[in-house]
Amino acid sequence: MALQSLDIIRRSATSTHPPDQRKTQEVVKLIDVSKCIGCKACQVACMEWNDTRDVIGTNHGVLDNPADLTEDSWTVMRYSEVETDRGLEWLIRKDGCMHCGDPGCLKACPAPGAIVQYSNGIVDFHEENCIGCGYCLTGCPFNIPRLSKKDSKVYKCTLCSDRVAVGLEPACVKTCPTGAIVFGTKEDMLRHAEERIADLKSRGYDKAGIYNPQRVGGTHVMYVLQHADKPEMYHGLPKDPSISAMVSLWKDGAKPLASMALGLGILGAALHYVTKGPNEVSEENEKEFKDEK
Amino acid sequence: MKNDPKKLMRYTPSERANHWLTAILFFLAALSGLSFFQPLYYPLTLLFAGGVWTRILHPFFGVLMTVSFGIEFFNYRQLNVMTPTDWEWLSRVRQLVGGDDQNMPEAGKFNGGQKLLFWLMAVFMALLILSGIVIWRAYFSFLFPVGLIRFASVIHAASAAVMIGLIIFHIYAAIWMKESIGAMLYGWVRRAWAKQHHPVWYREMTGGGK
Repeated sequence: MALQSLDIIRRSATSTHPPDQRKTQEVVKLIDVSKCIGCKACQVACMEWNDTRDVIGTNHGVLDNPADLTEDSWTVMRYSEVETDRGLEWLIRKDGCMHCGDPGCLKACPAPGAIVQYSNGIVDFHEENCIGCGYCLTGCPFNIPRLSKKDSKVYKCTLCSDRVAVGLEPACVKTCPTGAIVFGTKEDMLRHAEERIADLKSRGYDKAGIYNPQRVGGTHVMYVLQHADKPEMYHGLPKDPSISAMVSLWKDGAKPLASMALGLGILGAALHYVTKGPNEVSEENEKEFKDEK
Repeated sequence: MKNDPKKLMRYTPSERANHWLTAILFFLAALSGLSFFQPLYYPLTLLFAGGVWTRILHPFFGVLMTVSFGIEFFNYRQLNVMTPTDWEWLSRVRQLVGGDDQNMPEAGKFNGGQKLLFWLMAVFMALLILSGIVIWRAYFSFLFPVGLIRFASVIHAASAAVMIGLIIFHIYAAIWMKESIGAMLYGWVRRAWAKQHHPVWYREMTGGGK
């Protein structure tokens, strides 16, 4: 079985059952925004573990550095200064792949096995199967995958699937100096989040809550937000994200309908030919022009 | 070759060459495109040296097809203007499909069905190239918001399916109406064929004689 994980529950562009004999526990990375100090150690750890090195960028006058996710920067701290009833607040959100329960990237992907979802919930890109079409960028509700200009493959956070597979926590979790990022089974993380939310509420954050959007099947990266009623304040975190209806129409609606219609068209043509026969020049016309052949 | 001096020229050599170029490009674009449309057709990428090459080549097939189809469109657009006779022809098309062409209004160089097909293909070709540019990641997609890219993906897939359907119809009609394929392959048609299927055009070509 060599280097196979045997716990794949979804495989892009594949209509048969992927190998999922091995069962693993669902995992979650919980990011407590209220504990984050914006040190960017997670960004550094991510690049170190994955051996990616982004180009040195330019200062845009804000702390976000790099300014956006790239094929080399799979996680980026997003800094938002907002005014709330508590005065000026500095909200710092670690952005990256949310590892959706129902991944829009995987739904959109046309290349068999380029995107997989393991039974532990991690959504992983297998770049050797990637054809570089960018459909995953179209399918993602969170604007996460990035197409590399160098090799035309897409890259994003793997939730350190290689580390998790051997029982280690993701690199960003290991390095976080404040414990704002924690990792464990989904069950444990939800319980931990409840404790954190209760603590925040006791300190006056009435709307504290968990960010685990249900319309994408829940996520395997969750946030504890001080203001869970307004996730948009956290650098545009979508309030109720879902796979776009356009993507569903494209991938669920059009595919079977068009194949069926075209198949019936060909069948209809063949039936017409054998039942009605070809359309030939009439005998009358043939006689009139019997000099030509 | 013209083996009979009385045969009529239906398509010039350059028209024929361009038509078959368009046909080849259609097959290349359709077969490569189908592989992204539906995973069951993904093995078609093997015809184009694998998934990555198929992804690279498909848009170029599309652009070239737009050019050669565009030349055909330009050449034939006036011959395909719909007339009241053409609509009358279309209203009676059931009889023709049922095997009886006695009551069909007389067609010119192209009949009502051919003309309607011409305009439909032009519309869907335009939709394909416009939506195709929006979803062409390598060069253009970064210019457009993701909402438009999603919309264009649906339009591209749907128009491609319609286009393939129209071409299936076009090919079948050519197979069904005997000697039509020969007309596009060799250029010349028999007078009996012309008088049978395109009487108005036959009279134009022969100066009203028999």
